[in-house]
Amino acid sequence: MADMTYREALRRALDEELARDDAVLLMGEEIGRFEGSYKVTAGLWEKYGAKRVRETPISETGFVGAGIGAAMLGLRPVVEIMTINFLLVAMDQVINHAAKVHYMFGGTVGVPMVIRTPGGAGAQLTAQHSQSLEGWFAGTPGMKVVAPATVTDAYGMLKTAIRDDDPVLFCENLVLYNLTGSVPEAEEDFTVPFGKAAVVREGDDLTLVAHSYTVQRALRVAEALSRDGVETEVVDLRSLRPLDAETVAESVRKTNRVLVAEEGWSTYGVGAELAARISRMCFDDLDAPVERVGQAEVPMPYSKPLELAALPLESKIEAAARSLLAECGVL
Amino acid sequence: MAKAAETTPAQLPDAETVRRLFRTMALVRRFEERTEEQYTRARIGGYCHLAIGEEGAVVGAIDAMTEGDCLFASYRDHGQAIAIGSPPAAVMAELFGKETGVARGRGGSMHLLDVPRRFFGGWGIVGGHLPIAAGAALALEHTDQPHAVLCQFGDGATNTGAYHEALNLAAVWELPIVFQAINNQYGMGTSVKQSSAEPELHRRACAYRMHGEKVDGNDVLAVREATSRLLEEARSQRRPSLLETVTYRYRGHSVADAGKVYRTPQEITAWRKKDPITRLGLLATEQGVLSAEEIEEIWSEVAAEVKGAIDEALGAAFPDPDTLYEHVYGDPRWREQFAAMRSGAPFGERGEERTWQT
Repeated sequence: MADMTYREALRRALDEELARDDAVLLMGEEIGRFEGSYKVTAGLWEKYGAKRVRETPISETGFVGAGIGAAMLGLRPVVEIMTINFLLVAMDQVINHAAKVHYMFGGTVGVPMVIRTPGGAGAQLTAQHSQSLEGWFAGTPGMKVVAPATVTDAYGMLKTAIRDDDPVLFCENLVLYNLTGSVPEAEEDFTVPFGKAAVVREGDDLTLVAHSYTVQRALRVAEALSRDGVETEVVDLRSLRPLDAETVAESVRKTNRVLVAEEGWSTYGVGAELAARISRMCFDDLDAPVERVGQAEVPMPYSKPLELAALPLESKIEAAARSLLAECGVL
Repeated sequence: MAKAAETTPAQLPDAETVRRLFRTMALVRRFEERTEEQYTRARIGGYCHLAIGEEGAVVGAIDAMTEGDCLFASYRDHGQAIAIGSPPAAVMAELFGKETGVARGRGGSMHLLDVPRRFFGGWGIVGGHLPIAAGAALALEHTDQPHAVLCQFGDGATNTGAYHEALNLAAVWELPIVFQAINNQYGMGTSVKQSSAEPELHRRACAYRMHGEKVDGNDVLAVREATSRLLEEARSQRRPSLLETVTYRYRGHSVADAGKVYRTPQEITAWRKKDPITRLGLLATEQGVLSAEEIEEIWSEVAAEVKGAIDEALGAAFPDPDTLYEHVYGDPRWREQFAAMRSGAPFGERGEERTWQT
């Protein structure tokens, strides 16, 4: 095992896949000489050249579309979008085109393309740069959407995404880039499958479901609750589509209580989808309705006190958890 | 840079080529006339965009493609499928929504394609396929394939952002692609002059330091010559270009539009006098390449071929509703990936048993 940051794990996955398969190429704004806005691609332009690490103009519709066309002809483009907010500029290409190709054309051609992009908030980046929109994409058949929360998963799931024959939105997170962890040695050819949630902490009293950076928050909340004798099971979704509802349900059947936390807005969000599924799969197991925590339903403000008030911080998740537990007579 | 060319070749190409062009245009014409009729008989649903009158621009350009070249088109794509060589029965079956259709009945009129013949759709969002076509050209360039992409679209697409982004990318990346604007004068019911600050569409190429050129789209020989030359430049010099082919659609935007509100009967009549098929027929008979009898024979042949296609498509089976969820995904691991999603949910997703080749 090698210790590294989430950013370095992504870079290593890209490096290994570029080396493994000539069909893999990277495309995106500032990913070459500039090494990427968040430095994920540092060193790869020097190593693989301008053809395989292709710098693009600020032209998301253009180069996401170009990724689709290149993928239809057999390449495996990994397109970096500087932040998920900018992906909205190319929404037509993703939803109307990439997600439709395989089905609309009767399974005669597909789009083995990865779009890598960070979401998340907390650095006073304000309304247009602080959104977590993965749920929008996860609501579309034809897309696969994953959001790793750990260094190991970032590495293993990016490799899986690049080898997958369908369009994959690979959601990173600005706060996670500096998270440290470990990844297996390259010789192991380690990958993490899609559609398998992970129980990252076991407990019998409450299930806390999260994805991406919110998993890290959830683990801290679980530690805080543990000090009061409440043991929280934390389920890291890892994939949003395919969604491992089964692992969530299994946990809920054990704990009888569930709180879903996410960095995006709760309304029509990931938690809404889970609540619907949990209510069907675990109707008789629930001691209380499924509870949700997300970003305050406002465009993200700039001013620090306002931003802190809007973020789904540990304090809010913990408060929601305590309220739910109190409702059940546990706390 | 940009120039408007009157490029009717002084000499006709060889008799076989003339005959092929005439026959393909006649086949497309007959196919679309019968399609219109089939639509009125409610055998075809949804949108249905006919290109009757535009055969010179469509067929002339596609005839200039050589093996390995790739074709992209908008939703007005029946002629493209026929011209690229897809079996008319499979195209008609797609319009009928049959399992034997080119897209297994999942795409319909707007989403025809033929991957083995390198026709990559049939796209329904105006301008949306231009970046994708540029990406196909990128793949050709990336893998050193000595081929080019022909990307056809309507005049309406030239005002979308995707159009400008695609042309810019093609130029800065020196991609082997010919962008062919099939200017039929109207984006739905809005004229080019009304919608475009520069209605001479080929002149927009100069914004990308790209070669732009205009030809008479109803002169199939001129279209073929220009496309052939530009595709060759794209293949050999990796130079993209913009070709404007000026033509006219006799019918409305779709079968739901009578096409009468925004233009005069005189205008339609004037264009009918410049009909691309009649025009080539006259030229060919004048020059002794085709006789009047041969032309009659071709019309009979294509009528019989289209009739055969309709009969075959009528006899084909509709897709089994049990296959509704098939083809959503192409990765062979879809089943295990989605196994834990479907459980307990009222709906699910499926992929392919066997994946396509990459």
